Amino acid sequence: MLIQQIINGLTLGATYALIALGYTMVYGIIQLINFAHGDIFMIGAFIGVAAASIFFHNFFLILIAAMLACTVLGVTIERVAYRPLRRANRLNALISTIGVSIFLETFMTVFKGPQPIGFPHVLNNATYRLGHTEFSSIQIIILLVSILLMVGLQGIVRYTKTGKAMRAASEDYDTASLMGININRVISFTFAIGSALAAAGGVLVGIYFNSVDPYMGVMVGLKAFVAAVLGGIGNIPGAMLGGMILGLAEVFGVAAGFSSYKDAIAFTLLIVILLVRPTGLLGRPLQRKV
Amino acid sequence: MTVLEVHDLSVAYGVIEALKGISFAVEEGEIVSLIGANGAGKSTTLRTISGLLRAKGGRVAYKGKEIGKLPPYKIVELGVTQVPEGRRVFTRMSVLENLEMGAYTCRERGGVKAGLKRVFARFPRLAERKNQLAGTLSGGEQQMLAMGRALMSRPEILLLDEPSMGLAPLLVKEVFSIIKEINADGTTILLVEQNAHMALSISGRAYVLQTGEIILSGSASELMQHPEVKKAYLGD
Ligand SMILES: Nc1ncnc2c1ncn2[C@@H]1O[C@H](COP(=O)(O)OP(=O)(O)OP(=O)(O)O)[C@@H](O)[C@H]1O
Ligand SMILES: [Mg+2]
Repeated sequence: MLIQQIINGLTLGATYALIALGYTMVYGIIQLINFAHGDIFMIGAFIGVAAASIFFHNFFLILIAAMLACTVLGVTIERVAYRPLRRANRLNALISTIGVSIFLETFMTVFKGPQPIGFPHVLNNATYRLGHTEFSSIQIIILLVSILLMVGLQGIVRYTKTGKAMRAASEDYDTASLMGININRVISFTFAIGSALAAAGGVLVGIYFNSVDPYMGVMVGLKAFVAAVLGGIGNIPGAMLGGMILGLAEVFGVAAGFSSYKDAIAFTLLIVILLVRPTGLLGRPLQRKV
Repeated sequence: MTVLEVHDLSVAYGVIEALKGISFAVEEGEIVSLIGANGAGKSTTLRTISGLLRAKGGRVAYKGKEIGKLPPYKIVELGVTQVPEGRRVFTRMSVLENLEMGAYTCRERGGVKAGLKRVFARFPRLAERKNQLAGTLSGGEQQMLAMGRALMSRPEILLLDEPSMGLAPLLVKEVFSIIKEINADGTTILLVEQNAHMALSISGRAYVLQTGEIILSGSASELMQHPEVKKAYLGD
């Protein structure tokens, strides 16, 4: 029973974590909360559905197609809607992210209708039993894919030249540009990676709940944002940790009988943690930002 | 050859005019210093040359080419690298990673390795601490790292913003002798300092900046004898 809940919680948490990473990486570099990020997740799910009809239900091709398409989308959105406002008041860019969010939701509603659609059958949903513990192959795939992507991300951020430039820019934007780092390229790269991860999350969640709709990114996006803040916004391992904690808290909260308060759990947790640790779990006490 | 020429440069922060039309030039191989008190506009000058700030008027030319509209990374690629005020090392990255960031514009194979070899030869302490987080270094070591990092880009001209800031006198001496060595190896230097005494002692020429205007200029030895400089900047 306990192990069962932990598996359920980690599965949910892994998808929150995938999305939370995009919030945190973008915030880390340009201190922008990208409210359209949850909608990239939604678009990723829709692209997954569309790709399923092209790629003969090959899960990995579907995943890659959604990730690539959202990479292009995320980079384009930054280029068109956020970059021109980079030097303006931070509030302007924030409002622009809300505008993009509404645009994407409305566009998909007009294009696909407001009703949820099912995700084509791409994974065999076998159920395994281990004593009293029951878990599905889909859960295992979600966990494995999410973990693989997060390990991959850590590899990029730690060891590649662009990944290091990302860390440099997120610590000190001006000094990073004095090193000859093309900050605009680094920002595009950040949006690319964040969007790809969100798209992966969209496909996984779409398959898991067998449901995709234009507003699916709203609550999930908000919760992933909470996860990012929980872990310490701007901090990559923090987003992963925050996502997992949030997933576990929700699953255990529901198991404890608070199912009607499921969505409130995230925000309660947020308030409690921010009261105790205003910078989040792994956030740094004071950032040197100019 | 004139490496860097600043002509009638004016820069403002909103309504605050930080630079009111300053002009100066740095010739190849020189050490030129720009001295001035708190808030004179020294950092503003360097930040504008590096492209972090946009001028309101005037021009900045590197080897005769106007660079005033270029983004910072292009200016570094051309050969103008700055060591910013307060060192600004990437505290959450290792010493080695900091140096790699300095070599960001380096595209040749083996260029980073060669750069590290050169920098470690000049700053052996950095080699000892290469895997340490830069934030754990002492102030003096951070200054060495900031200079080593800038040298990784193999600049033609190095802009140094108050390298002596917050360092003990002995370390200040060391930093300045390293600056002289770097210059002797062929890098032109524009040095910005409040510590006029030290700056003049290693410079060929200098300019005195006061509230956004250049009020004096000349050879360092002349300026050291100048009554106004003695009174205001040398504390005699
Ligand atoms: N970001 C800013 N916004 C508004 N005013 C600024 C800003 N930065 C500098 N100033 C003002 O511009 C003037 C020049 O500042 P600058 O930093 O260039 O001086 P400085 O000579 O480098 O001084 P210090 O020796 O203290 O480093 C000062 O009056 C300062 O208050
Ligand atoms: Mg200054």
